[in-house]
Amino acid sequence: MNAELMRGLGYIAASILFVFGLKMLSSPVTARRGNLVSALGMLIAVGVSFTAMAQIRWVWLLAGVGVGAAVGALAARLVQMTAMPEMVGLFNGFGGLASMLVGWAEFHGAWAQGTEIHLFTRTAILLTVLIGGVTFTGSLVAYGKLSGRVRGKPILYKGQNLVNAVLVLAAIALGALFSIGVVDGNLAYVLLLGVVALSLTLGVTSTIPIGGADMPVVISLLNSYSGLAACAAGFTINNNVLIVSGALVGASGLVLTKIMCKAMNRSLANVLFSGFGAAAGSRGAGYQGQAHPISSADAYLILEAANSVVIVPGYGMAAAQAQHAVGELVELLEKNGADVKYCIHPVAGRMPGHMNVLLAEANVPYEQLVEPQDVNPTMETVDVAVVIGANDVVNPAAKEDRNSPLWGMPIIEVDRARTCIVLKRSLNPGFAGVDNPLFFKSNTRMLFGDAKATITSLVAEFKP
Amino acid sequence: MELNATTLSLLFFVFVLAMFLGVELIRKVPSQLHTPLMSGSNAISGITIVGALLAMGHDQSGIAVLVLSALAVAFATINVVGGYLVTDRMLGMFKSKDKDGGKP
Repeated sequence: MNAELMRGLGYIAASILFVFGLKMLSSPVTARRGNLVSALGMLIAVGVSFTAMAQIRWVWLLAGVGVGAAVGALAARLVQMTAMPEMVGLFNGFGGLASMLVGWAEFHGAWAQGTEIHLFTRTAILLTVLIGGVTFTGSLVAYGKLSGRVRGKPILYKGQNLVNAVLVLAAIALGALFSIGVVDGNLAYVLLLGVVALSLTLGVTSTIPIGGADMPVVISLLNSYSGLAACAAGFTINNNVLIVSGALVGASGLVLTKIMCKAMNRSLANVLFSGFGAAAGSRGAGYQGQAHPISSADAYLILEAANSVVIVPGYGMAAAQAQHAVGELVELLEKNGADVKYCIHPVAGRMPGHMNVLLAEANVPYEQLVEPQDVNPTMETVDVAVVIGANDVVNPAAKEDRNSPLWGMPIIEVDRARTCIVLKRSLNPGFAGVDNPLFFKSNTRMLFGDAKATITSLVAEFKP
Repeated sequence: MELNATTLSLLFFVFVLAMFLGVELIRKVPSQLHTPLMSGSNAISGITIVGALLAMGHDQSGIAVLVLSALAVAFATINVVGGYLVTDRMLGMFKSKDKDGGKP
């Protein structure tokens, strides 16, 4: 069997394993094995690639693999579950950067040897560099915002969309000149470096206007870009396994992006260009009224008498690292005879599925986690809804106030529960900067303070 | 692979079908598994390591190509190793009510 055929078969096997790995992610029972299946696919793809290397430069190879494996393993071991959004954001960026470097290296190799590059390959190199570069710096900004190293608020300035449009047009113009190949080798290299610079700039300028609460959409989109960059690299070197895997990741990011947008009732264009939550006067009606603050002793009495409880966690639970305390409280509630469910909104937290991972870490069985459509129809029968650090996803203005920026967003309708306890630091509006009339409803009780400290004191009340 | 019309259309054919397959597969992933899905797809996008290895293995790669491709290998490896390990760590935490070791 010749080497090329063997490689082809290896790549097909790898692609099949990736597909099965993703398929097994459709249930928590098989998901972990699915991840192993996918990893086996990667091992095969890398293994057979060695047979295509005319020379193996062990020093360079081991340096790259060694550093990468050490950093990756350490990051995977040390990252806190609350910090998963930052980590995924950063990894999106690394994927984009790696693809960009592959495109660049391919071009440099041909340039150094004076080889003519096919029009199609030049276009593929261009796309690899462009998508990879935008993914890299865009992800760095997303990482900065998610980890709090950069201000989470949208950064807006006059003529922002115009500046971005000019950058895109410039990149397209340079790219087109580069691709059609009217210029000679050296000038082509200059053009490519120009595209590199423009793409890196564009990644930053297109991400800074997007606010922290919209990050679930942004990292889903960047996830998709990192796949598409790998795909473009696949077209550069005519390699099917890169194209297939890149397309799978690209599609995955797109599906998640669409789900997130739908859960916020907003279009992707609105998320990317509107600077949501920064514009003055878009906060809604500026609700005034009497909030009803209670102490944790009062809250204990309410919860102690409850037969059915719904917990609605949000980013505040992650920020306060309160998931373990919440898990403990829920166990005590169950021992007390209450039926307890966690209701997770698709955009709760800073990335898709973030709350589920945190609660899994706190040993909450996944059957106990439900979605808004499972709880909303029977919300009137719920004795107590406990909102822990969630805000916009429970804001009744989405149903009641046509002028609210949240109007039309599907929410968890905790205002219809018999009693609603909101754990919060203050009455300040949430990340989107929209006022929340829930806090002033007659059946709402406000329990102010740090979520973890509050829950811990509730747990103490329950223990005799 | 030689670059001609047949090769090109085959590559595009594969791309389009893989995108459709991807959409169908991912739509079946429940929202509770979206975070592991994203970290797992981080790992898969590290497939670009194959491109980096091939670039590094060209017959006459100069020093610049070696530097670029070694960097690409390093970043792609972070994705592959980090992505699979952290996904495994997360999925190991997902427990069912029925199984032992679920709740303490």
